[in-house]
Amino acid sequence: MDDGRGGRGRVTIRLIRRDRASRAWMIAAPAAAMALSVATSLLLFAALGKPAGAALFALLIDPFLTWYDFSEVLMKMSPLLLIAQGLAIGYRANVFNIGAEGQLILGAIAASALPVWYPEATSPLMLPAMLVMGALGGLVWALIAAALRTRFNASEILVTLMLSLIAVQVLNYLLLGPWKDPRGFNFPQSVMFPDAAMLPALLEGTRTNISLLFGLVASVLAWVLMGHSMAGFRLRVGGLAPAAARYAGFSERRAVWLGLAAGGLAAGLAGASEVAGPLGQLQRSVASGYGYAAIIVAYVGGLHPLGIVVSAFVISVIYIGGDAATVSAGLPVAAVEVFQGLLLVFYLMCFAFIRYRVAVVRRAAA
Amino acid sequence: MSALAFIIAGMLAAATPLILAAVGEMVAERTGVLNLGIEGMMALGAAVAFIVVTLTGSHLLGFAAAAVAGALLAMVFALLALGFLANQVAAGLGIGVMGQGLSALVGKEYESRTVRGLPDLHVPGLSDIPFLGRTLFSQDIVVWLTIFGAVAIWVVLNRTRAGLVIRAVGENPHAARAVGFRVIAIRTAALAFGGAMAGIAGAYASTVLTTLWAEGMIAGRGWIAVALVVFGTWRTGRVAFGAVLFGALSLGELALQAAGVPLSSQVLASVPYAVTILMLVVISSDRRRMAQNSVASLGQTYHG
Repeated sequence: MDDGRGGRGRVTIRLIRRDRASRAWMIAAPAAAMALSVATSLLLFAALGKPAGAALFALLIDPFLTWYDFSEVLMKMSPLLLIAQGLAIGYRANVFNIGAEGQLILGAIAASALPVWYPEATSPLMLPAMLVMGALGGLVWALIAAALRTRFNASEILVTLMLSLIAVQVLNYLLLGPWKDPRGFNFPQSVMFPDAAMLPALLEGTRTNISLLFGLVASVLAWVLMGHSMAGFRLRVGGLAPAAARYAGFSERRAVWLGLAAGGLAAGLAGASEVAGPLGQLQRSVASGYGYAAIIVAYVGGLHPLGIVVSAFVISVIYIGGDAATVSAGLPVAAVEVFQGLLLVFYLMCFAFIRYRVAVVRRAAA
Repeated sequence: MSALAFIIAGMLAAATPLILAAVGEMVAERTGVLNLGIEGMMALGAAVAFIVVTLTGSHLLGFAAAAVAGALLAMVFALLALGFLANQVAAGLGIGVMGQGLSALVGKEYESRTVRGLPDLHVPGLSDIPFLGRTLFSQDIVVWLTIFGAVAIWVVLNRTRAGLVIRAVGENPHAARAVGFRVIAIRTAALAFGGAMAGIAGAYASTVLTTLWAEGMIAGRGWIAVALVVFGTWRTGRVAFGAVLFGALSLGELALQAAGVPLSSQVLASVPYAVTILMLVVISSDRRRMAQNSVASLGQTYHG
């Protein structure tokens, strides 16, 4: 890129700001990022001596081959979609909550408290109470960061991340100590939840449960909030033009509270849905990285409610495809993480073309 | 060995990866770029160094390879944040995830192996001092080099023209450019330096401090390094001092555990993270001091 000093009649490539964001690139950027990520990871897999063709097939085609695999994609999509919608609200206001993982864990813990304490419960209120507890657990964990940021000016980026690392230890403590299933052969996991504590299935005979609807409802809510409400407008202005937002009297503190609350609520609810859904108990694997993956989902979805639905689906496909590829192509589990990183990196590159156009500038000799 | 001797003897070694990574990140931040990918760069450095040391037996080669790996990742970050004008927070997170994934990918076959660490140096004079000689001054060569390196960085930043240029670019890139400094080139160089330092920090963690590699072994130390830059208000001495405090803290935990203090290991493992939050709160709440010391253009996209 240009070093900015010019001189000597050199030809330089420059990004020129567009008057108006390019709609064509809004669609093309994520598609191009996807293609570049696939191509790069295939080269990488080949370099590691893995069968690249089989890996590609497993990653992108396997998830669609059977109804069950496809339902697994939807199951993965539920938490990712929900969390990413919550995070994106904050990101658009420049509130960087990167600790959704911890908020998810706290949500899972808070929700699990009820079935752990009342394992024989049959009340129909059990499940709704768990979901509320979960959302509140995530909310509280996120609002710690909001309080420290607004009151003490502490970076929410670092605080939310540290709170995530602490949340993992809280989870370990509970599972190795007070909440360990006494009849669980010493495995670090809680008792199995009673039926009353389980989310009903959405698709019969699969693990996809109604938490997918939570994600879809969150998408609609996010769309209404960000596109069609004054609160959303204030948030967006705060993110795009902080000085203008201050001049207009939009409170930065409110944006911090609201932005973190949205992410915390969503992640907490997602955590509750995990233990009341596919896991059926509190166990270590609830800390499976959804909270971090959702950051990538949010960005690759352009921080737009609709785009996030698409990106959550795509990344879920990669998750399930990655599982298939570990079997059929011998890919390490970490390959999915590498792919996610590549996807965000390439997306951020392609994103530039939405706001800028490339120009070749010939400078006159100084 | 008494608990105190144990802490004094080990704290500098435990602090070394933090000093390396934090001081490297500090130099990058002084030019105005916020690189949140440090954790991933340390992880990749740790894996690469471990592999190279296992294969060649040479720590020098291992550290060099880790530095190159960290710097390469930092160059991808530079391409995104400086070339493609991407949001620095998002770019750092993406690079970090990539680094952690790559470390797990390349290091997979090397888990549960060990390598030989580095011997402590005998420094004539210092090593002969009673008590302190065999505790504080009994360190391997990387610890010594890290201390000298931190001093050198202080000198460069505060006493040389290069340091002045770095600070000028960080305070006001547009003004710096107007007087003829190559903002992008300077920031790219600072990022490469920071990435290499993070790689070396990871190398020390995996091939000297613990002599084994495991996925996730960096365990948030890259993020603590980023927090240490804030804690040290972008001053070399204070950043390094904070790192040594953390080193002592981590040794203190081990000492407590060895002494059989009835605290669960999870509580002890959480202490560094909780302390990080606490120190961020204490330092950041002094808004005036933060405003005076922080870098004016930090994290802002620069479209030259």
